Amino acid sequence: MKFNWKKIITAAVAAMSVAAVVATAAVRPSTANADSNTSSVSAIKKRGTLRVAVFGDLPPYGWVNKNGKRVGYDVALARQMAKDMGVKVKFVQVNANNRVDTLNSNKADIVLANFTQTPERKQVVDFAKPYMKVSVGVVSPKKKAITNVNQLKGKKVIVTKGTTAENYFTSKQKGVSLLKFDSKTQQFNALKNNRAAALADDNSYLYAWVKNNPKYTVGIKSIGPKQYIAPGVKKGNKSLLNWTNKEITKLNKQDFFTKDYNSELKPYFGSEVKPSDIVITSDK
Amino acid sequence: MAHSGINVLFEGSNFARLMGGLWTAVWIAAISLIIGLALGTIFGLLRTLKSRIIRLILLLYLEFFRIVPTIVLLFLVYYILPRQFNVNMPATWMAVLAFSLWVAAEFSDIVRGALESVPKHQRESGLALGLDQWQLFRYVLLPQTVRLELPATINLATRVIKTTSLLMTISIMDVINVGQQIVEANNQSHPTGVFWVYGLIFILYFIVDYPLSLWAKRLTAKQHY
Repeated sequence: MKFNWKKIITAAVAAMSVAAVVATAAVRPSTANADSNTSSVSAIKKRGTLRVAVFGDLPPYGWVNKNGKRVGYDVALARQMAKDMGVKVKFVQVNANNRVDTLNSNKADIVLANFTQTPERKQVVDFAKPYMKVSVGVVSPKKKAITNVNQLKGKKVIVTKGTTAENYFTSKQKGVSLLKFDSKTQQFNALKNNRAAALADDNSYLYAWVKNNPKYTVGIKSIGPKQYIAPGVKKGNKSLLNWTNKEITKLNKQDFFTKDYNSELKPYFGSEVKPSDIVITSDK
Repeated sequence: MAHSGINVLFEGSNFARLMGGLWTAVWIAAISLIIGLALGTIFGLLRTLKSRIIRLILLLYLEFFRIVPTIVLLFLVYYILPRQFNVNMPATWMAVLAFSLWVAAEFSDIVRGALESVPKHQRESGLALGLDQWQLFRYVLLPQTVRLELPATINLATRVIKTTSLLMTISIMDVINVGQQIVEANNQSHPTGVFWVYGLIFILYFIVDYPLSLWAKRLTAKQHY
């Protein structure tokens, strides 16, 4: 078989490009069909299940208890929403970095996974009304409690890289020097070893930590801009977005979120925190 | 108590959940291997044919699956396929799809190598006896290649089982994903639980993989005399 194999390869490449073009063309119609919303309220009701993306490893928001049951603040909200819609709930477990893709690839109808609203995320998903607020808090030893940000001038503050706390102190509090770590475990160990005057992180994490470390206190409960946590739906899913907004208003009127706080978050945060520090109750 | 992390394993249904996770990983690996080995045999056979087009296409296929990391393949089938082509199947079947294609690619090369290493006089004797191509493959080549392929195939199988640890990235409740749930759920009360949970997972993977590895060793040893 010595003949013109250059020609054969050329032919093969040509054939494959034609095949690729045909395949793309053949697929177009179905891409167009994808626009018919598989996560609209009517589609969910027809299917009989609301698919909710939740965390599986973030107590007390979304986690799995020792009996294998999904529980947490976000999970309780998911169950309530499915109940009010009259459908069953099905959970899709996600990590922080695949929440957006899970919506875009139609794996879930809605994300209830401690999903903080940010300008970048708003470009790729639609957020419903927020149901929780967090902001940066500062924890310090009770003996040398830091209660005002001015006390930190010229002192060291511990943060974790990539958090909103690091962001805030780098850009807004230039007089404070930062000691940066990679993980939560490292940063809390550093504080225990007196490596800095205080530690800054999302206040909800700090409340939970202080409960197990009573020698410390969240002296500054909230500095910097508030961050809002809201349900996320696929960009352009107006039907589910409107339904979710109405649902959150309704649940607020029923005091659902305060009850949810008391049953899921309070055991973790202790009595130092009031529901109103976390839960949004303004739009009753 | 802080130093009773081992209790984490036996609280509630934790142990049963870990075993359930292991089962998920094992059956996905098993089905992928069955499909992948069957496909791979066909592809490997095709790659020994004279047609350059078929060989080129199969070589491109092999190189694609060998070069692209498995985690990228999983993301492709789980996130990109549904978004671009509106294919929506449960994550476990998408994983089986990705793993089968990967196993088929790797195995086709093993089969090709084995077929080519069968001595030429065997093939020629078969042809001289008047066997056709199919008979030659079925009665002369296949029996001889199976022995040559086995060690490499078992090695591939252990790799597939280990790689199931990537399944957690596409929301499949495999043993590692369940392990993480348990670790995080008990982090406050049992800070040392992480050691025990990952320790158990290590032992579980070892129990599944080590017999295969031993088997491969014995087969290789046999071939040497």
